[in-house]
Amino acid sequence: MVTPTRDRQPKVQVRDLSIHYGGKAALAGATFEIHEHEIFGIIGPAGSGKTSFLRAMNRMDLFNPAMEVGGEISMDGKDVRKWKNVYALRRRIGVVFPLPVGLPMSIYENVALAPRLGGTRKRADLDVIVERCLTRAALWDEVKDRLDSLGSLLSGGQQQRLTIARALSQEPELLLLDEFSIAVDPVTTMKIEDVLKELRQELTIVLVTNLVQQARRLADRTAFFLTGELVEVAPTEDLFTGGASDERTTAYVEGRFG
Amino acid sequence: MAQGIAKAPLPDQRNLAWYVDKTVQVLVFVGGISAILLILGIFVFITKEGMGFITQTLDIGEFFTSPNWRPTSENRPTYGALALIAGTASVTGLAMLVAVPFSLGAAIFIGEFATGKTREILKILVEMLAAIPSVVWGFIGLSIMNPLIIDLFNVPVGLNVLNSGLILGLMAAPIMTTLAEDALKAVPDGYREAAEAMGATRWQVIFRVVFPAAKNGLVAAVLLGVGRGFGETMAVLMASGHSINIPTSPFDSVRALTATIAAELGETAVGSDHYRALFTLGIFLFAITFLINLTADLVVRGPRKR
Ligand SMILES: Nc1ncnc2c1ncn2[C@@H]1O[C@H](COP(=O)(O)OP(=O)(O)O)[C@@H](O)[C@H]1O
Ligand SMILES: [Mg+2]
Repeated sequence: MVTPTRDRQPKVQVRDLSIHYGGKAALAGATFEIHEHEIFGIIGPAGSGKTSFLRAMNRMDLFNPAMEVGGEISMDGKDVRKWKNVYALRRRIGVVFPLPVGLPMSIYENVALAPRLGGTRKRADLDVIVERCLTRAALWDEVKDRLDSLGSLLSGGQQQRLTIARALSQEPELLLLDEFSIAVDPVTTMKIEDVLKELRQELTIVLVTNLVQQARRLADRTAFFLTGELVEVAPTEDLFTGGASDERTTAYVEGRFG
Repeated sequence: MAQGIAKAPLPDQRNLAWYVDKTVQVLVFVGGISAILLILGIFVFITKEGMGFITQTLDIGEFFTSPNWRPTSENRPTYGALALIAGTASVTGLAMLVAVPFSLGAAIFIGEFATGKTREILKILVEMLAAIPSVVWGFIGLSIMNPLIIDLFNVPVGLNVLNSGLILGLMAAPIMTTLAEDALKAVPDGYREAAEAMGATRWQVIFRVVFPAAKNGLVAAVLLGVGRGFGETMAVLMASGHSINIPTSPFDSVRALTATIAAELGETAVGSDHYRALFTLGIFLFAITFLINLTADLVVRGPRKR
């Protein structure tokens, strides 16, 4: 399913982005845009710099002194590195990691934690947030009767949906997903894919995936990263129908390497 | 599979690895059993020495309520342990007031903030502190803290609850720090990362995510510190003043259960009432430390909720 790329205002603008770890390049000179309300796919073999881009996007480079970021990543026209309060920036960006992380607290608290930290105190408000986020993450029906049990005891697929519910709990404008289906069964993967299609109406999604077919199913436009190089960005369907401008992209999406 | 490398099927034979495995199993079993037997033996020994006294001579009510510990009195010896219990409790209590914030703070700094070299050096230093013999701590209490307390607070004696509590606190803090740091380190980094990605600040991550996740280990660290306080002898003997008192201020001298045993056991005739009264104190101490350690152990295993 493809939504034609209309004249949308870019949600994220990446200019000449380069990322190094202790002098070694992980991404060099990438320039692209992510439009509002699209699912932006990023594909590429392991070690291409996909995760590094996500980490730079929500300033997780701050955790790693060896990680140097050059160039610019702007959200709504403002460079993420110019934010005075990095915590406020991160609250506007939801992140889902490859391995599900159910925090060792109740299912309810997993979702309520971020709003609580952000200052929402009233139980009634939190109840609403928890139910809405779990519903949007297609998990509510499975857990509504045991919200008080430990989130870390859920199955892998459920924990990943819990992680998505948690990522949505602060009404982010941008949702970053990093190979979310790596530890998730196929049925749950399809459920989450349906969730993402729904969510596109409300926010902008960056979907890093190791499955090119997943990008084809979900992404409006897709970027192909290869060992630190942004090979190309194009409407997803073009990449899969011979419209790629680089031979390597065609080779990768056809499964000839990677 | 590589072609041409014909592989014979493994024969069903006991080989060296099998025998090593069995031998190690036996050795580990023997080691474990002897540890249990040793503990039981000690328990039986102190119980045997004290039990007859507890059931025949000792007035249990007096033991727990009277502050008069006069086992050598000519006409009527009394065996009130209340002052000794109060002495041990007050010193341990003050020690924990010092050691808990100290060790948790140090553990947070080492575990959550320090990186690389700083972290390694700090860990080594803390472990070195933990290895200082208690008599050295007692010596510090006697020769440094004592005059310091006399000068600072203008009191006649500096060997008191304050002195021994501080000494014991400093003494227990390193091991508590190490245990607490282990507990923090056992919390997966994924938890921290997930919380930070959500926009939590460092302190929010520590207090709202890391602490709850490490709760059991932290409580165990504190309880083991308490157990250490109860059981410590030499430093307390040297720094507490060793005078029988129910303390009403930190400047009162006190006497601890352990110190009493250590100081008096050498002067009693084996089998005498006094000797057996000291064993009674020993049983009491053993029971308390056993309970504390058991609690710590249960807490670490954590009665998993649901
Ligand atoms: N924390 C790190 N320290 C050093 N090098 C790293 C680190 N994380 C990633 N890299 C390197 O950066 C490159 C890109 O990695 P990454 O962004 O994780 O790629 P991808 O997510 O596409 O697999 C790889 O060569 C990887 O080895
Ligand atoms: Mg990756």
